[in-house]
Amino acid sequence: MTNEALIEKLKEIVKPYVKNEEGFNNLNENTDFLSDLKINSANLVDVILDIETEFDILIDNDSMEKMLNVKAAMEIINTKLAEK
Amino acid sequence: MNNRVVITGLGVVAPNGVGVPAFTNAIKNGVSGIRFYQQLKDLNFSCCIGGIPPVSEELKKQYFSPLQLKNFNSPGILYGCIAGIDAWKDAGLSIDENSDADWDSGTVFGTGSSSVEKLRESFYKIDAGQVKALGSTAVVQTMVSGVSAYLGGMLGLGNLVTSNSSACCTGTEAILMGFERIQAGKAKRMLVGGCSDDGPYIWGGFDAMKVMSYKHNDDPEKASRPMSATASGFVPGSGAGALLLESLESAVERGVKIYGEVLGGAINAGGQRGSGSMTAPNNEAVQRCIKDAIDNAGIHPDEIDLINGHLTATIKDAAEINNWAAALNRKGDNFPYIHSLKAMTGHCLGAAGAIESVAAILSMDGNFIFPSINCEDIHPDIAAIINPEKIPQTVLEINKLQVIAKASFGFGDVNACIIFKKYNG
Repeated sequence: MTNEALIEKLKEIVKPYVKNEEGFNNLNENTDFLSDLKINSANLVDVILDIETEFDILIDNDSMEKMLNVKAAMEIINTKLAEK
Repeated sequence: MNNRVVITGLGVVAPNGVGVPAFTNAIKNGVSGIRFYQQLKDLNFSCCIGGIPPVSEELKKQYFSPLQLKNFNSPGILYGCIAGIDAWKDAGLSIDENSDADWDSGTVFGTGSSSVEKLRESFYKIDAGQVKALGSTAVVQTMVSGVSAYLGGMLGLGNLVTSNSSACCTGTEAILMGFERIQAGKAKRMLVGGCSDDGPYIWGGFDAMKVMSYKHNDDPEKASRPMSATASGFVPGSGAGALLLESLESAVERGVKIYGEVLGGAINAGGQRGSGSMTAPNNEAVQRCIKDAIDNAGIHPDEIDLINGHLTATIKDAAEINNWAAALNRKGDNFPYIHSLKAMTGHCLGAAGAIESVAAILSMDGNFIFPSINCEDIHPDIAAIINPEKIPQTVLEINKLQVIAKASFGFGDVNACIIFKKYNG
């Protein structure tokens, strides 16, 4: 999957949780889920569950802790997809 | 000096009407909200009927954001928030996500048990080893204070935000708790009420206890028969009722409509002594509760025009009438009018006292006594105490409705009684 395609998929997944539309419209690799998108931190676990379902992967606790921004999410998703 | 407390907003989600206009129309016309549910029959329930408020997907979206509705599975919180927001808006109060917290406004919004559907969903996931799949939504929907927590955030409440729980007394107790807080000057406005889930997982225990009617699965609208000789148990209901209580000073200052005044009330318990048990009331406690409420309100028992009873349609109805007659020292022709909303809504459990109080306020404001349907055959033990004409079978327009007594009694031998009065300045 290209990076662009992956970002598009992530955009779809995080959309319901986003509280800052401007951050969402400018979503890129450097976007932070909490500070840029203003996602409620309690909802991060829901975002990760939705990512697991969408990509049919399992994200372990250590990876979950790191998934605070788009870049980290992309790396983890790519790693998990490669392991499949 | 104590602050006077008035009602400035109402909201209701009932089996026979969602929203104040629909509900008012239903209760005036004796419209039942009881229906047959195939799901209950398929699950081998004896009582396959119940009262579930008709809330459409469209209506949900007017009160909840798409994110709030994601993985949302809690009918009680749904009904509570709709009723609560309606009462808030009815009182002319605004909702602004970007405002500061309103330090003068709080809520006591109760429930009998919270979100059994969500708990069930969660338990299945946990037992399958998928605890992670609960996500962030299980805790906030299953904590008992879920409904008050949701409302607190939606409305920006900065005063007391809590949920009480006392079985079928819950809604009535919540009103009195909010009343006392305003009376004591600790809040200017309190959103008070109660809500209840519906469906097999909340009603199952009652079905097993054989306290629900199983004789009317074919004619559900005739099933809930408070005060009738052919009453055969209660019919389960659900929904929510909400009242916006406010200090008289604040209401006058804001220049809003005043529906009526909470004059006073009482809450007590029978200690499960004497005639009392986990599931039956101590009659002495019930009478004391009614008398204490009258004393607290500072009225004479003869001033009560109407009783909005607990009256569930079980064998205990006659005992309740007897308790009212003894506490008020009034019987026969001298007994006040009395009716039971449960004939139309079923027994809405934790929401019952709140929905019934909304009905009481609407009666007082609109000068009518809604009919107590399904008791054309009044129980002889009741007819022996009061004149049957005191139980209206059709709506009664009445222009001198000044004082209404509302009581609720619950498992655990707990009681609550409120005295409402028309606001005359």
